[in-house]
Amino acid sequence: MSTRLAKQGRLIDRSKQVTFTFNGTTMRGFEGDTLASALLANDQMMMGRSFKYHRPRGVVASGAEEPNALVGLGEGARFEPNQRATTTELFDGLKAASQNHWPNLDFDIGAVNTYLSRFLPAGFYYKMFIHPAPFWKHVYEPIIRRSAGLGKAPDRELVDADTYEHFHVHTDVLVIGGGVAGLQAAKVAASSGARVLLIEQTAHWGGRAPVDGGTIDGLSPDEWVSRTLAELEAMDNVTLRARTMGAGVYDHGYALGYERVADHTPGVPGPRHRLWRIRAKQIVSATGAIERPLSFAGNDVPGVMLAGAMRDYVVNWGVTPGQRVVVATNNDDAYRTAIILKQAGVDVLRILDARKEGGGALADEARGLGIRVDPGKAIAKVKGGKRVKKISICNQDGVGGAREEVEADAVAMSGGWSPVVHMWSHCGGKLIWDRANAHFRPDPDRPPLGADGKGFVVAAGSANGPLALDQVMADADAAGKAAAKAAGFAAKRTKAPEGAAMAENAMEAVWLMPANAEVQLRMKSWLDFQNDVKVSDVQLAAREGYESVEHTKRYTTLGMATDQGKLSNINGLAILADALNADIPQVGTTTFRPPYTPISMGAIGGEARGEVFQPVRKTPIYDWSNANGADWEPVGQWRRPFAYVRPGESVHDAVNREVKNTRENLGLLDASTLGKLIVKGPDAGKFLDMLYTNMMSTLKPGKCRYGLMCSENGFLIDDGVVARIDEDTFLCHTTTGGAERIHGHMEEWLQTEWWDWKVYVANVTEQYAQIAVVGPKARKVLEKLNAKAGGGMDLSAEALPFMEWRDGRIGEFDARAYRISFSGELSYEIAVPASQGLAFWEALVDAGKEFGVMPYGTETLHILRAEKGFIMIGDETDGTVIPQDLGLGWAISKKKDDYLGKRAQERSHMADRDRWKLVGLETVDGSVLPDGAYAVGEGVNANGQRNMIGRVTSTYYSANLGRGIAMGLIQHGPDRMGEIVEFPGTDGKTYKAKIVDPVFYDKEGAKQNV
Amino acid sequence: MSKPVSALMGAAYDGIVRVEECGLQGMITLRGDLASKPVAAAATGATGQDMPGQRRANVAGQSGLCWMSPDELLVLVPHAEVGDKLAAMTKALGNAHSLAVDVSDARAMFRVSGANAREVMAKLAPVDFAPGAFGPGDFRRSRLAQVAGAFWMEEDGSFRIICFRSVADYVFKLLKVAAQPGSAVGVF
Repeated sequence: MSTRLAKQGRLIDRSKQVTFTFNGTTMRGFEGDTLASALLANDQMMMGRSFKYHRPRGVVASGAEEPNALVGLGEGARFEPNQRATTTELFDGLKAASQNHWPNLDFDIGAVNTYLSRFLPAGFYYKMFIHPAPFWKHVYEPIIRRSAGLGKAPDRELVDADTYEHFHVHTDVLVIGGGVAGLQAAKVAASSGARVLLIEQTAHWGGRAPVDGGTIDGLSPDEWVSRTLAELEAMDNVTLRARTMGAGVYDHGYALGYERVADHTPGVPGPRHRLWRIRAKQIVSATGAIERPLSFAGNDVPGVMLAGAMRDYVVNWGVTPGQRVVVATNNDDAYRTAIILKQAGVDVLRILDARKEGGGALADEARGLGIRVDPGKAIAKVKGGKRVKKISICNQDGVGGAREEVEADAVAMSGGWSPVVHMWSHCGGKLIWDRANAHFRPDPDRPPLGADGKGFVVAAGSANGPLALDQVMADADAAGKAAAKAAGFAAKRTKAPEGAAMAENAMEAVWLMPANAEVQLRMKSWLDFQNDVKVSDVQLAAREGYESVEHTKRYTTLGMATDQGKLSNINGLAILADALNADIPQVGTTTFRPPYTPISMGAIGGEARGEVFQPVRKTPIYDWSNANGADWEPVGQWRRPFAYVRPGESVHDAVNREVKNTRENLGLLDASTLGKLIVKGPDAGKFLDMLYTNMMSTLKPGKCRYGLMCSENGFLIDDGVVARIDEDTFLCHTTTGGAERIHGHMEEWLQTEWWDWKVYVANVTEQYAQIAVVGPKARKVLEKLNAKAGGGMDLSAEALPFMEWRDGRIGEFDARAYRISFSGELSYEIAVPASQGLAFWEALVDAGKEFGVMPYGTETLHILRAEKGFIMIGDETDGTVIPQDLGLGWAISKKKDDYLGKRAQERSHMADRDRWKLVGLETVDGSVLPDGAYAVGEGVNANGQRNMIGRVTSTYYSANLGRGIAMGLIQHGPDRMGEIVEFPGTDGKTYKAKIVDPVFYDKEGAKQNV
Repeated sequence: MSKPVSALMGAAYDGIVRVEECGLQGMITLRGDLASKPVAAAATGATGQDMPGQRRANVAGQSGLCWMSPDELLVLVPHAEVGDKLAAMTKALGNAHSLAVDVSDARAMFRVSGANAREVMAKLAPVDFAPGAFGPGDFRRSRLAQVAGAFWMEEDGSFRIICFRSVADYVFKLLKVAAQPGSAVGVF
């Protein structure tokens, strides 16, 4: 059984007991435990079931690489699936539940899959579910989705209770990993004066050196870590951050740090996770190494564990995973586990050393403690279901016969160590194969390159290959100095610390145990624990022709689980290389992609949730509208009232009321969102002549002109009224969505093409609240304001004619009044400073009461303009429409040599007579055409679809006309007046509409010009 | 004349820093050749401040000059004086090719003060706010989460932030989130 030891446990505080539950059962642990160590202390060996075969699985590692012990953590608004028990710090009240089983962990129906495993080989999905095709969507996919899958998604009705944030930080040197290598690299880098940020994914400093032993500068690793930590903490130029994982390294020295601020203290005020967005001149990757499992049959039975992890549990948390342990290894390091277990009072039955020559000094020490060491031996098979029961032992160089059995309850395995090269590789650092240690390590000659063509990541310590403490310390010291130098600092010429550890014999690559294991054993030898990929699966893939490691990965799902193959990749590609009879470096690795381990979506989103999920732009009249029934519509990031709905009204009712009232009495529109760009300079006229299709330079000060703007490809991109303020200055109105875009468009042309033209542009959109005062009584209400407060602006038809503007005072407001109309009514658009916008609006509402004033929203604006046949950018245009399509030839100057879009509009397709052109559409029965509906013509196209001859661009119910009105683009439309065209709707009906003139209301324009 | 009001009328919040909307501030966008005499004369004459260097702000009280780009300054003057100052600047600029325009009401201004001010800023803007890297008089035209923003540090270590008026409410709420209790990073 696994249990707590009386002694040991350098990370736990035995005076502080903590209570938690696992699958509803109350258990006890200590402060400093991880969930995994606490579960082991409670003899909870089995922690979950596997993804595909639902096999019982226990914890196999002690850190971020853990593939098996995934749990659902927390509950309700704090529930999160797939959390690794090994990286979950225990806290009082923690609630965890195992995953991937039904009805419960001990008895799981899905486990039947394991007996079907010979029918579920590699590529099973691809082979099985390919025929018949319709089955995929309705039969296979729903079944697979239900049976597959790790943890449950959180309840969709609940909202995450926590907050998250980003934090931007710049540093000269970022050191990722707070083991002894990272600490040393940080220390020497900082001694140069460089700013250093050192991040460590766990809550503790020193990595695994304190567990593995040896000395540094004559001190125990623990003592050295404390001393170095104190030195670093005393330096102003050093920032230390525990619980912060290096998640990814990107171009230009950008790196992400994932800080788990409050995972261990849920509910405490403040963010749960913080995403550090780091800019570093140099990055030191001191991420250590990960131990590889051995591939023998039954290597996934709960109780089989990595040797390094097993001694972590003993030394760090005072927990032994078993009472009778067998150690299997191909290297000397695993002897440390045997020694530590023995010294803790645990029975170590055998050390099965796959090497014929056996181990060195550590082996001697083990023998000295009375541990039996069997060189050349291997595990043939581990027997047991929910935990280890028996071990079959055989010769390593055989097929697994001639076995001897021993009863045991745990196995420590070690297949050697692989450097964690992720931070090196994320941004393109290359690897080389190290034959001696049978692992890939960073190739110092091919680092990831920065903008200057030089490397910006340095690997340090065992992340760089060296595994022995003396080499690790020397390497880390050199890496720290190199990083400081590359960041532009001169590191002090200090001596590297002296690491000392016992000499080790060479390891020997063991990719399969026993070396020639028969097929029954290979079918139970797991490579990828989380995705249930076995040795036999990879071999099958090779036989079926998969030669590329990337293809094999996807075919077998090797390394595709949430652990991204941290334990399985090297073993898997070694098996593949063997099956292909190729060298391992020839087969290569799959790509290392960020994040190193999964990070929360919350951290990625940062502060952007709830009220600040997205910016909402508000005009000065927003609050008034909100209090007066506004039904909001998003227009870009702006919110504009769609209609002002009164109590008891539907939105449709409100629109109809507003539409009629504006034509008959007085309407007010908040038009503040319209773009307003000041264009000034001696060349402003020339510039606008190039930007607009029509002539702007001839406009007289005091007057307004409607203009069209096209892209250089000829397509209509914006429209609006231009007012000439003085000889050098124009004010260009843009659409609401066009303000920033057209400002950018102008700056681009001025900065890149016409950089010598004397023109400055400023975006003054938000400086003004602009209110459209519209309707037959518009002049009356403004004159009333003037009469009341002594405003001096003469608003008569003679003093301020249509398409002119004036500055002056209206009532008590400094105002600029434009006589422009987007509704066909008598209309003034009046701009006042935004700081007085609300006051001006309220003054108009107040003064307008006797004239029947009503505010109106964007839908009424649309209907009024559609009744007049005015186009709307984004409705009548979609990026493929040119002004000529819309009957706007009158707004295209024939006198100008050039304007943006002119040449494009002369291209053959643009000048084609068959282009769809703007017309009005009147349904035969007065109903409203569906928006976006297509008009169909005779015959069918090559795909057997009906030929299309046009489409609806705008369609509304006009309360003024008592019928549906629409505009559309129809092939040869203007030549087909009076013809009936058909529009099949998505509702199954076919709508019939007559082609008419697009101006439905007041064709002469008498109403606006009074 | 109707009383002008700022976007949030002086709203304030106390978290790990104090966040205040500053009320109305006169602002004039001045574009021109910053090395030319008329432009410098117009800018310094309106504010009594020296021309700022790249990414710098020279501000005292409600008057100051902020460097916005190689050909743009933000001229700060008291809100009530914008009209007069603009007229004086236009006169000083004379025939020099330039643009001076009132943008006071297009903007909102905030003050972030307290020991954690640097950290609150660093949560929202991709700028190096470390002491030594960003100090009093330093100015950036950058972003605050998802919107444009400009800011500078004052002598007392507090920050002044300028954003567009339409997003004043968003920026205020952003600053509140970034200043929520328990969220000090403990780095600067």
